[in-house]
Amino acid sequence: MTISADHAAPGQTAQGRQSPDHIEEPRNEGPVAEAVRKFGITAEDYMLPARHQIQMVDQDGNLKPHSEQGAEPGHEYPLPGDEELLAAYEQLVVGRRVNDQNSALVRQGRMAVYPSSHGQEACQVAAALCLSEGDWLFPTYRDSVAVMTRGVDPVQTMTLFRGDWHSGYDPAKHKVGIQCTPLTTQLLHAVGVAHAAKLRGEDTVVLAMCGDGATSEGDFHEALNFAAVFHLPVVFFVQNNQYAISVPLAHQSVAPSLAHKAVGYGMAGERVDGNDVVALLAVLDRAVKLAREGSGPLLVEAHTYRMQAHTNADDATRYRQDSEVAQWVARDPLTRMRTYLTDKGLLDDDGESRIAEKAEAVATQLRNGLSDDVPVDPQDLFKYVFSTPTPQLKEQSALLADELARDASAGASTNPESAK
Amino acid sequence: MSTATSAVNGNVSSATARAAASAAATAEATGPQPVTMAKALNTAMADAMHADKSVLVFGEDVGMLGGVFRITDGLTKTFGEQRCFDTPLAESGIVGMAVGMAMNGMRPVVEMQFDAFAYPAFQQIVSHVAKMHNRTKGALKLPMVIRVPYAGGIGGVEHHCDSSESYYAHTAGLKVYAPATVADAYRMLREAIDSDDPVMFMEPKKLYWSKDMVDLEALRDQHAANTAAGTSTEGRAAVARPGTDATLIAYGPSVPTALAAAAAAAEEGRSLEVIDVRSIVPFDDETVCASVRKTGRAVVIAEAHGFASVSSEIVARVQERCFHHLAAPIRRVTGFDVPYPAPKLEHYYLPGVDRILDAVDDLQWED
Repeated sequence: MTISADHAAPGQTAQGRQSPDHIEEPRNEGPVAEAVRKFGITAEDYMLPARHQIQMVDQDGNLKPHSEQGAEPGHEYPLPGDEELLAAYEQLVVGRRVNDQNSALVRQGRMAVYPSSHGQEACQVAAALCLSEGDWLFPTYRDSVAVMTRGVDPVQTMTLFRGDWHSGYDPAKHKVGIQCTPLTTQLLHAVGVAHAAKLRGEDTVVLAMCGDGATSEGDFHEALNFAAVFHLPVVFFVQNNQYAISVPLAHQSVAPSLAHKAVGYGMAGERVDGNDVVALLAVLDRAVKLAREGSGPLLVEAHTYRMQAHTNADDATRYRQDSEVAQWVARDPLTRMRTYLTDKGLLDDDGESRIAEKAEAVATQLRNGLSDDVPVDPQDLFKYVFSTPTPQLKEQSALLADELARDASAGASTNPESAK
Repeated sequence: MSTATSAVNGNVSSATARAAASAAATAEATGPQPVTMAKALNTAMADAMHADKSVLVFGEDVGMLGGVFRITDGLTKTFGEQRCFDTPLAESGIVGMAVGMAMNGMRPVVEMQFDAFAYPAFQQIVSHVAKMHNRTKGALKLPMVIRVPYAGGIGGVEHHCDSSESYYAHTAGLKVYAPATVADAYRMLREAIDSDDPVMFMEPKKLYWSKDMVDLEALRDQHAANTAAGTSTEGRAAVARPGTDATLIAYGPSVPTALAAAAAAAEEGRSLEVIDVRSIVPFDDETVCASVRKTGRAVVIAEAHGFASVSSEIVARVQERCFHHLAAPIRRVTGFDVPYPAPKLEHYYLPGVDRILDAVDDLQWED
């Protein structure tokens, strides 16, 4: 085949041959070109994930030798500082307590539903801790622990699942998007927030979360492509917990890994052990830093496991074996971190009990907050549909008010107790 | 000569504007000029972008090309590629990104290239655009406009002529506007961009090149004055032509057809009032019902399929509110309940003057 000079791809000669040591420039001068210059590697080597997932602390809590952590040129990850690791461990313990407390509250009928992130707490914690104050987080319904780690009040976070409103916190105040249910639709909101910030010259980074099954959705594709085309500082963080309700990853994708999808959009991808909070912090901290410096967007895939059923309404025994779950018990993110920090002399019994007390305080806050029977105001139905209710909504609001007033007076006339 | 005025704020209706314009055209070329709806929409966006730096325009081919209908012509040149730009070809992406931008201080105005090309964005529109304000109890407002060139009459091939307004009107939390005149196109787009609520802005594409005598400078001043005074005609219908015998209720592309039917009826001695709904959501029950109570008869005209549509809703609302004033059942002239027809068949499908006059004839005049 003859390729004319006019149609030669960048990096190719008119003969269509590529010199072997040529570092191929990406088609657009953009984030990838900048990273290629920065790290002195090819665009492909920057965009493709390292050959192995990044893991720094093994499942027994031992720090791995640097040569075995999965790092490669252009994919180097320094060990996070002790203070950051201790803070992360504290949040891991709190997160686990929150997950188990909420599942108990569902069993007691005090919450309608709770999609637990039990087993995924390392991802939850790292996703929030890698961000600075001015940054934004876009969570899904399973990311309550990330939302709380970001500083949102636990009871406000649970409003959605208690069922008295669709969201209980102010996204703008906390820079945390609503916990999103329609899969990957929130990734585009993340792209928009980042785009607006970039146009104003702000250095905001946005981290957007989704799961493995969600990568099949069209909005996943559109969001990654938009972020890449507009050179936006977004870190797409995929928690690959192996299941989309009942359907295993093999039925969603036959890509070499989800992180490999990045190269198709012209962005960098990386795989990380999703139960190793040390590696997660290292990878996400770097991704956020690169995004802030203009080398974004990036895609990070964390390999983890949903230890419990999809929600309380799901029966996981119908689609997976207990033996599979048992393998992941050994990879628990909390126990390995506890061993690592204890062995390193950073955590002792006093530290443990202080952290346990803190976790218990949050659990108590949840129990108290969610046992309160918060009165709901039926007029809230109409108040927020528009900034100013339409004449039609005013009519409907009056209709309901009248209905309730009649019910109340009927109750008062038939029930002498309530008339007092 | 018509002396119609709208129900609201004394704004002149298109009929009055045209009357005034024809007088002015014989005098100096100042004041009202022949202006297309396309130019009015373009000017509205340019003026809004001048007035507020947070107003952004994006979509498919809206940049250097100026949009396939040229409605965004020159905006990139005037305001730069950061404020009017092309996106990848993905409607959900366009609307979803606009949601995030609106969450973060911008006022995006996005273009869906054609009515039926907007459907990939439907999930974003229904699940997020319409609900974000309610879901967050007003903490997050989404001041964004989704412009949709819509409806038929241009001989377009399949997927280029849908009347999709009923989908949006059925979704709580969306405002739905459909201008029919050049002046309203300017006024209503400015109001839509100023709105703190999301607006589906349905542009009748067959009217893009229709001209009215319009003074854009005066409209700009009026908008500024309305903004300063906190008054606006937002959400109000207009009396497009006054009459006494029956009311034709129409919006968007059907308004000129209704006006033509009223003109023809006048020659036969029947006085028809034409109401231009303008804002489908919120709906101006007051203006519509005042007219029907006065005339006692009504025909609703819309290009969209009649079944489970905006036209069904209008009939239901008017019947509930005006039953004792009605001399005859309310009739509808709508598109048939068939997929939008191929170009050579569309004239059978679209509501036309004769079909409207037949419906008027059926309003039990002998009883």
